[in-house]
Amino acid sequence: MSFNIVVLAKQVPDTRNVGKDAMKADGTVNRAALPAIFNPEDLNALEQALRLKEKIEGATVSILTMGPARAAEIIRESLYRGADNGYVLSGREFAGSDTLATSYALSCAIRKMGKVDLIVCGRQAIDGDTAQVGPQVAEKLGLPQITYAEEIQDVKDGKITVKRRLERGVEVVKGSLPMVVTVNGSAAPCRPRHAKLTIKYKRAATPSEQQEKGADYGNLYSACSYLNINEWGASDIEHDAQWLGLTGSPTKVKQIESVVFTAKESKRLSTADNEIEDLMKELIANHTIG
Amino acid sequence: MNNIFVYLEIEDGIVGDVSLELLTKGRSLADQLNCKLEAIAAGYQLDSVGKQVFPFGVDTLYLADDKRMAPYTSLPHTSLLVNLFKEQKPQIALMGATSIGRDLGPRVSSALFSGLTADCTSLEIGSYEDKKAGKTYENLLYQIRPAFGGNIVATIVNPDCRPQMATVREGVMKKEIKDANYKGETKKLDVSKYVSDTDFVIEVIERHMEKSKVDLKSAPIIVAGGYGVGSPENFKLLYELADVLGGEVGASRAAVDSGLADHERQIGQTGTTVRPKLYIACGISGQIQHIAGMQESSMIISINNDPNAPINTIADYVITGTVEEVIPKMIKYYKKNSK
Repeated sequence: MSFNIVVLAKQVPDTRNVGKDAMKADGTVNRAALPAIFNPEDLNALEQALRLKEKIEGATVSILTMGPARAAEIIRESLYRGADNGYVLSGREFAGSDTLATSYALSCAIRKMGKVDLIVCGRQAIDGDTAQVGPQVAEKLGLPQITYAEEIQDVKDGKITVKRRLERGVEVVKGSLPMVVTVNGSAAPCRPRHAKLTIKYKRAATPSEQQEKGADYGNLYSACSYLNINEWGASDIEHDAQWLGLTGSPTKVKQIESVVFTAKESKRLSTADNEIEDLMKELIANHTIG
Repeated sequence: MNNIFVYLEIEDGIVGDVSLELLTKGRSLADQLNCKLEAIAAGYQLDSVGKQVFPFGVDTLYLADDKRMAPYTSLPHTSLLVNLFKEQKPQIALMGATSIGRDLGPRVSSALFSGLTADCTSLEIGSYEDKKAGKTYENLLYQIRPAFGGNIVATIVNPDCRPQMATVREGVMKKEIKDANYKGETKKLDVSKYVSDTDFVIEVIERHMEKSKVDLKSAPIIVAGGYGVGSPENFKLLYELADVLGGEVGASRAAVDSGLADHERQIGQTGTTVRPKLYIACGISGQIQHIAGMQESSMIISINNDPNAPINTIADYVITGTVEEVIPKMIKYYKKNSK
């Protein structure tokens, strides 16, 4: 019995470690200054998928990412950790996609992948923090969803049991497969790279990456089919162009501003006893405290 | 028709604060647009919802009262909203940026092909010019939200699709009663007309919900610690000060991530937004994400051994020193001088 798991992953700029040069003088984001990383919660999702692969005989884990060609990096990263294969969905047609157009494109790609039993992805990506793509993909595929998953506890007889972590509690829910599950950052961290797999998949590449490398590798990619990362463009998936990219995006960005806080005139104090005492007296006198 | 809808989150018959905050915002937007404010409650035994929400200026309350609608699961609530929205054609739909709203909102927006903006920090009404199409739109909802880890603020609009949908985190908008005697109308919905039996596919096996132990939103005084506090022992000093002053302890994301404080104490864009009378920032450097969640505090004191910490620029008082030196003195001189 096959059991096909698709992990949706995104390569994102590392917004958590934003340095001073992250913003350009004109207020736009300096993407070059932000390293591209594997979206953290997508790694949590990958771990849940890999755990199922160990439990379920014949299970496979495929990674699907939409982004520029360099997003193949996160596919290789997934292969090093135990995924079986990957797909990069890339092309001009997808440019300017908001979450809805992204979900549409991903759902078309998933349909093309054939029988899928489970789709897992991170709850949200750190560059947008919207948490929308998972549920929107589920709706586009007509599948139910379980969001905020902390642990996939069991998959048995076509049913999946999931523990969810919500802001004020936990829930254990059960539903029928196929299903979309979005995974929280509170879930188990992803296992590190496996040394043997890292060696095995080191040269895994998309067709366009293989072209760039030229003929150096001879017939490596035809001899070792597992090194081929699938690369799909809009023409490879069955789609209606009006739902892709900018035209498929109902939300428009009206304006972007960099954040500037108005500075106040601060009173500077030292740690001297009399200065702290005067401050406390003042706060009491003006009824801020007490 | 073309009114503003707010989805109400209900736990044990009580409407959540986040929903009441959205009703407050929704009321003022409805006044600006000269339309009605409507609310939708889905759950079981909802008899007391009306008296909870009408004072916030709700004109129409839709009740989907059905045992199967509680606790919340995705598909039944999605179908209810999708079908009700197809029928009522609201121009704006608002919901909390909670684990419910962020589960439900995207699904509804995907089904209706209407844009959704998550985690808005401000909602305004304004016009939008599409230069390429040579078209101007009036009275659109400006959905204003931070992006890129808080480094930019984007204003998003949905020119052509309705409803214009947005989620807002708890505590971001103010909760304000419009009129204790406000009269609205209640409409009971026949749930089976909106929700199909096949929507009930998720079974909730276990459920443990806790009342939040920490109430940062309504604390008049907040003593907040950052990574710079350094150790759990030093963090205890913050609790002591908060205790003496009658306040609550908050934390920056860095302090939460390093395990110095619980997630429910986090202040900032990914935590709670606060507006206390007094905010004492201890060892907090002042990342944009944090400042965005506390800048409206009436008075800000920053205690930091780095005289150039970014947070100092928005502080009323800057004490250059360490937490272990300053806080005991604050406690001592507060006790000495208060009656």
